[in-house]
Amino acid sequence: MERTEAELIAAAVKGDTASFEPLIQKYSPRVFATARRYARLEREVEDIVQEIWIKAFQKLESFRGDAPFEHWLMRMAVRTCYDFLRAHQRNRESAFTEISEPEDDWLERFAAAPESVSAQADAAKQLVGRILEEMSPAGRLIITLLEIEDRSVKEISKLTGWSVPLVKVRAFRARAEMRKILARLTKDKYL
Amino acid sequence: MNLEDLQKKLLAAARSNPPEDRVPYAFEKRILSRLSSQPAADSSALWARALWRAAVPCVAVTLLLTALSFTMASTETTTVTTVTSEADISQQFELALLAPANQLEEIQ
Repeated sequence: MERTEAELIAAAVKGDTASFEPLIQKYSPRVFATARRYARLEREVEDIVQEIWIKAFQKLESFRGDAPFEHWLMRMAVRTCYDFLRAHQRNRESAFTEISEPEDDWLERFAAAPESVSAQADAAKQLVGRILEEMSPAGRLIITLLEIEDRSVKEISKLTGWSVPLVKVRAFRARAEMRKILARLTKDKYL
Repeated sequence: MNLEDLQKKLLAAARSNPPEDRVPYAFEKRILSRLSSQPAADSSALWARALWRAAVPCVAVTLLLTALSFTMASTETTTVTTVTSEADISQQFELALLAPANQLEEIQ
């Protein structure tokens, strides 16, 4: 008979690592997708996910079971990703040294006729990734959660541990930061 | 160029491109081996570490109290000596002051 999630967690809390395996199998896709939003290299993604699972196992006692395990795990995942962004803040590329030719073309076409360019284009996806990498850790986290994942301010507050007013303030600053980066990117050619 | 429109377009591009949820082969095994290779929490080691940490302030307090008791003892000794010598001086002063009267008494 298949054991329930609560039974698996209870066994894992007692130190039975094997009981933790089905939980890892079930939730790893979600955790990997989250980590891939914040880290570019696959090696970094794997390190983040590994850290999330080890932390989850070590802190499993603090899981009270009044909310789904997935919510508890995702809070840990988002906070670990934020720690990763902060730790690698200095390694961020300092400037748009060279944007690629397709990205440049996409921007040129957008400048000429904003409605005609597709958001589905690879160049647009690469460009937004580049801009997010330029942003501060808090700004990137907020833009990702609020604008890209479409989460509510309350949800973000729970995920990050920040208060609702702080999330709102950081969201305002993050949008301004993003516009500033876009202005820097486009000022030479298009403004 | 309208930056707000550009921002919206780029965010739409990010929304339309969710990251992959692919998990590397046998990733869970890797996590489990990491978990089992981690040393188990040894309660006696934790106690020993806590006691060693507590020993430092204990020694500091002991030294402080020892120094304080020595200081107080020396202060008390000084006070006693001072009181004794002060008593001697007053007695000598009294004797010197009353010396003529004493001599008169002796003559009579």
